Amino acid sequence: MLARTADNLYWLARYIERAEFVARILEAAQRLTAMPLSYVGATNEWQSAVATAGSAKAFAARYAEANEESVIDFLAFSAANPSSIRSCFELARTNARAVRTALTAEMWDVINGGWLELKRFGNGPASREELSRFLRWVQETSLRFDGSAYRTMLRNDAYYFTRLGVYIERADNTARILDVKYHLLLLADEPVGGSLDYFQWAAILRTVSALTAYHWVYRENLKPWLVADLMILNEQMPRSLASCYENLVRFFDAIAQAYGRQGPAQRKARAIRTRLQNSRMDKIFQTGLHEFIGEFIADNNRLGAALAEQYLM
Amino acid sequence: MTTAGGAVIAFDEMRGSDGGVRPAYVALDAWLGALPPDLLEHRRREAELIFRRIGITFAVYGEAESTERLIPFDVIPRILAATEWDALRRGLEQRVRALNAYIKDVYHRREVIRAGIVPEELIFRNPVFRPEMNGQKVPHDIYVHIAGIDIVRVDAGSFYVLEDNARTPSGVSYMLENREIMLRLFPELFSRHHVAPVENYPDELLATLKSVAPASSASDPTVALLSPGVYNSAYYEHSFLADKLGVELVEGRDLVVKNAVVFMRTTEGLKRVDVLYRRVDDDFLDPLAFRPDSALGVPGLMSAYQAGNVTLANAVGTGIADDKAVYSYMPEIVKFYLGEEPILKNVPTWRCREEEHLAYVLDRLDELVVKEVHGSGGYGMLIGPKADKATLAAFRAKLKTDPRNFIAQPTLALSTCPTCVEEGVAPRHVDLRPFVLSGRGRVRIVPGGLTRVALKRGSLVVNSSQGGGTKDTWVLDT
Repeated sequence: MLARTADNLYWLARYIERAEFVARILEAAQRLTAMPLSYVGATNEWQSAVATAGSAKAFAARYAEANEESVIDFLAFSAANPSSIRSCFELARTNARAVRTALTAEMWDVINGGWLELKRFGNGPASREELSRFLRWVQETSLRFDGSAYRTMLRNDAYYFTRLGVYIERADNTARILDVKYHLLLLADEPVGGSLDYFQWAAILRTVSALTAYHWVYRENLKPWLVADLMILNEQMPRSLASCYENLVRFFDAIAQAYGRQGPAQRKARAIRTRLQNSRMDKIFQTGLHEFIGEFIADNNRLGAALAEQYLM
Repeated sequence: MTTAGGAVIAFDEMRGSDGGVRPAYVALDAWLGALPPDLLEHRRREAELIFRRIGITFAVYGEAESTERLIPFDVIPRILAATEWDALRRGLEQRVRALNAYIKDVYHRREVIRAGIVPEELIFRNPVFRPEMNGQKVPHDIYVHIAGIDIVRVDAGSFYVLEDNARTPSGVSYMLENREIMLRLFPELFSRHHVAPVENYPDELLATLKSVAPASSASDPTVALLSPGVYNSAYYEHSFLADKLGVELVEGRDLVVKNAVVFMRTTEGLKRVDVLYRRVDDDFLDPLAFRPDSALGVPGLMSAYQAGNVTLANAVGTGIADDKAVYSYMPEIVKFYLGEEPILKNVPTWRCREEEHLAYVLDRLDELVVKEVHGSGGYGMLIGPKADKATLAAFRAKLKTDPRNFIAQPTLALSTCPTCVEEGVAPRHVDLRPFVLSGRGRVRIVPGGLTRVALKRGSLVVNSSQGGGTKDTWVLDT
């Protein structure tokens, strides 16, 4: 297939995944700021939301203060922010239009319908209820896109490249929220339930839709190292770094098999997965959670670059 | 065909000139008469929904707000009898054979100039003349592989060519989609007619393109469709056709030229391209040969073309055959190359570059249609009988400053067809763009084409950018 087609499919999937993640960040921030300060501490959740979305610099250049209004505007609706939900939907559709023939009718329907629907929400929600509706709608659109790709695409290179986009973006997103919130997970001695951070941990898990999963997996109260374990090493958790790399290796191998040869991207993906498989949470905490995450983000970006060089140019 | 007041008395394709229903329309007329009142409107809305869902849109230049719009679709088909089509088909084939012979001549021996048929300066001073093509061989001497010849009708027997679109004619996707929609919405109507199919067009096109592959290409040549990209007004058509042809839809940045061979960048490395069905204008094809600021083109493409390693369809420089000033010479061109009388008529045309013609045109501006020589899409055109005084004055000034840029024609009474409009079913003016494919050894034309309809009462402008719509075109197979 054309390198550009693969590129469009890959980025299309990334933008949709990113839109969903930004919606989850906003949902979590909204929930935390609605709680009394005595439960969550005097942190600026809106500032942290911007940092988690990876847009702190661009935000600071345009707004004086991170508050509910400015952050929602910037992360959800701003045309100036290339990672805002609106920009993600627009970029996704631009990519989709460029590869119409590589998409199934169902996938095009989700993207095109989503883009038309987005106009209905205008430049911002009139109320908190409408914002909630909007954020739920974004997540549903992403689910529908994922579902229609899963159920309607031929299992060929086009499908594999969309999957690679999903998992590279997802790994980056999960790592980024850990990067911003890692300090909350380091206070390991706090009494359970009494900690100011308890609700923060819950919010982190919610952002990756894993709060319920946590209880099923560990059958324990929220403990920071287990939260980290779930998000980094647990292969059952679909948004964990380990699970993302499980999938990345699988789809890189599928491409290698289809084309009859492999290259640096395959080797890189396998190396990262091996590192995750050989890691243990207590070791990671000892050597430094922050460093571990920082290294992972850089590695994940390098994999993206290797993918681009090998297939998309 | 025109009256003194400019009012147009048109031939109606269903009712003729005397009001009796013409044979090809009898079944349709009976069916229309027996319809429940809301059904047409109902189906029209259904069609619009389907079109919007599949995203058949076109971009209108100069409209910032709605960059994507639907072309209105009329659910009442336009019908041509087998005998009418047969005459038309022979005329189209003749016309395109003449166009190809003429272009070959222009870029080689130039007998047409020596014989005094076409003035030299009309060719050499024409901005669409491509000196790069002088002496350039193209496979099987075919230049115009895909032509969209615009036809209008003024009475039962007279078909006029309005324009020869020999560069990158568009609209064929509407021909195909309109038929699909009609088959879905009105299966019972099809069972009452024997309508010749058009769905084989993509196969005919692919066969045509493969038949002109360079001699150096593999036994199964690789074809790709070159598009300017998503911002082009015809992008939908490009992606639609690439899909139906089963070929890659490429943009300039997907192609690279190495050692005068064209390759596309794929996920598995470079792959050779033998035939490019290009929907990019000459000017933008290759920044090294033409406009250096073109970001749409492929540097070096012309070198590969000149080396004979890639076929461009249509060839470079075909504009020399379809500009509106050359148009006026077409009857002589047909006779000169083919030694035959033209089957299709030419609309009488005054060339404003000639003093006498200009004087005549200025004198009767309010009766004539004036067009720019290189204009298209209905932009920059004056319809004398419909224009107010200020517009006429402004155009008069334009004509005097730059007469070479204009031609004038009488206002034709385009035939009308029953059309579904607000007040019910009423006659509206139509034209027809059949698509003519020229490959090695043969010309292929699928029966039908794109019928465009001016939806506004009395309007003669059928262009989609000016509020025109489309209809399915039926050629009866009996």
